[in-house]
Amino acid sequence: MIYNNAMLIRRDLLARMCKLMFEGELKEKINRLPLEMVPRHSKNTRCCVHKERAVLKYSAMGILGFNVKDEEDEFMPLSEYVQMAEDRTEFTDVMLTVVDVACSSCVKINYVVTNLCRTCVGHPCTFACKKNAISIHGKAEINHDTCVNCGMCLDACPFNAIIYQPVPCEESCPVNAISKNENGIEYIDETKCIYCGRCLESCPFGAIIEKTYLVQITNALKSGKRVKAMFAPALLGQFQDDPEKIIAAIKQIGFDEVIEVAKGANETTRNETLEFEERMEQGQPFMTTSCCHSYTRLVEKNLPDLKPFVSDTKTPAYYTAEMIKKEDPDCVVVFIVPCVSKRHESYYNPNIDYAMSFEELGAMLVAKQIEISKCEDATCDTTIHASGRGFCYSGGVADSVKQFAKHPEKIKEILIDGIDKSTLRMLRQLPQNHGDANFVEVMMCKGGCVNGCDTLVNSKIALRQVKKVVK
Amino acid sequence: MSRITVEICVGTACYVMGAAELLSLQDAFPSIEEEILSFKGTNCLDSCTNPTCGKAPFVRVNGNILHAVTVESLKKTLHHELERLK
Repeated sequence: MIYNNAMLIRRDLLARMCKLMFEGELKEKINRLPLEMVPRHSKNTRCCVHKERAVLKYSAMGILGFNVKDEEDEFMPLSEYVQMAEDRTEFTDVMLTVVDVACSSCVKINYVVTNLCRTCVGHPCTFACKKNAISIHGKAEINHDTCVNCGMCLDACPFNAIIYQPVPCEESCPVNAISKNENGIEYIDETKCIYCGRCLESCPFGAIIEKTYLVQITNALKSGKRVKAMFAPALLGQFQDDPEKIIAAIKQIGFDEVIEVAKGANETTRNETLEFEERMEQGQPFMTTSCCHSYTRLVEKNLPDLKPFVSDTKTPAYYTAEMIKKEDPDCVVVFIVPCVSKRHESYYNPNIDYAMSFEELGAMLVAKQIEISKCEDATCDTTIHASGRGFCYSGGVADSVKQFAKHPEKIKEILIDGIDKSTLRMLRQLPQNHGDANFVEVMMCKGGCVNGCDTLVNSKIALRQVKKVVK
Repeated sequence: MSRITVEICVGTACYVMGAAELLSLQDAFPSIEEEILSFKGTNCLDSCTNPTCGKAPFVRVNGNILHAVTVESLKKTLHHELERLK
């Protein structure tokens, strides 16, 4: 997670919406919410209160589970989207939506001539530009219609007067899945997206929002059905309290049972260890982990050569959900996730009904005024091997496999800690160039799931907290 | 007893709304000795349940409860307090 004002506004909105949901007043009061959050004379961070309110309205539409770009009638109030969300039975695998009114403030051309331009006689920038896009009018000017973003002018300027201004979401996307459409609004190409959530975190305008199932989840909680929550291991790092208290707090929200996905992680380790030993016996050079859904999407969409080396073992969430549904087929299973990619994975898992992020869980706790430290201790599942809880940080999966392996000394691991342009190159070359390593642990986020895009606290704090329960 | 005590509420509501980041603010004042400025986490100040108190996260600086505190606003407050001590 990235701590900034955009994130604080989003959390405030989530908490207020959760409160209205729990009180059963969402439909009556949601239209007024943007006004309440941004009263007429409030200091605003965008151009005016009206824009701020419009951004909140469309963010709320996203939170209700709809794509902002699917809006047909601009006059349609949020209350109607609430009704549609309540009646909804079909969902899609699109998890992120661009709030177009918040977007569009970024440059189309990344090269900008600053006022450091000295209007020098030599003007090497015009000589360097192959497209004749620079002309001198008092200072150098870049023609946005002819510029092709090559950056030659930047290299040529002896005064460093030309800068490269990145577009944060585009810059952060490791697979170039987000780009501007003809109106200058960012568009996410679903065929390329690997659901890492970097764009969501990086946009300082808060223009990308995650669609949620909050309406469906709160309705399920009120319906009298048995609703069971399973939470990703990284959750134990999000608060300063013991697992017993965190579990109790989730129960206090209204969940009938709370299960640690660390339990399924043990199953993943068991299977992955066997698979690894089998593959090594067959003479395969190496195997990579498969628990990070973003990574497996990356392989699917961008690194087909790596596919034969990816473990076929299922994710911890898969085994956990399977166990829950086997025992109680009629219950509703909600997966509490640290990132967009796990939400995407949940959509394709028939044993998981809904997913909600750590942030949404936080919003629910705020809305219900639950103080975790004051909750009565619940019981933890003592059959869980602690290494399963370590799946959420870099090195944790490899450690767990080593603890389960018959011959841990034979495991020579490489840790891919976060995927960026350089580790992507490394992954691409892995089949040819893996040294003597035979086990490759891959995590999309730097540091692991404790640094997922939907986490509540920074990853250093979360890691310290999680390590307390792994030992 | 320090001359400026900063108590950051780490109750659930405050923690979710960004109090965890406030705890790391101590690093922003490396040259100030602990006798002058001290940071600590505190249990829920119970302000979050009272809508008239404002928004989480809450921080108590020398007994005064501040609301909707961000790293930015707390830095400002503390620089102001340090200025007053001079």
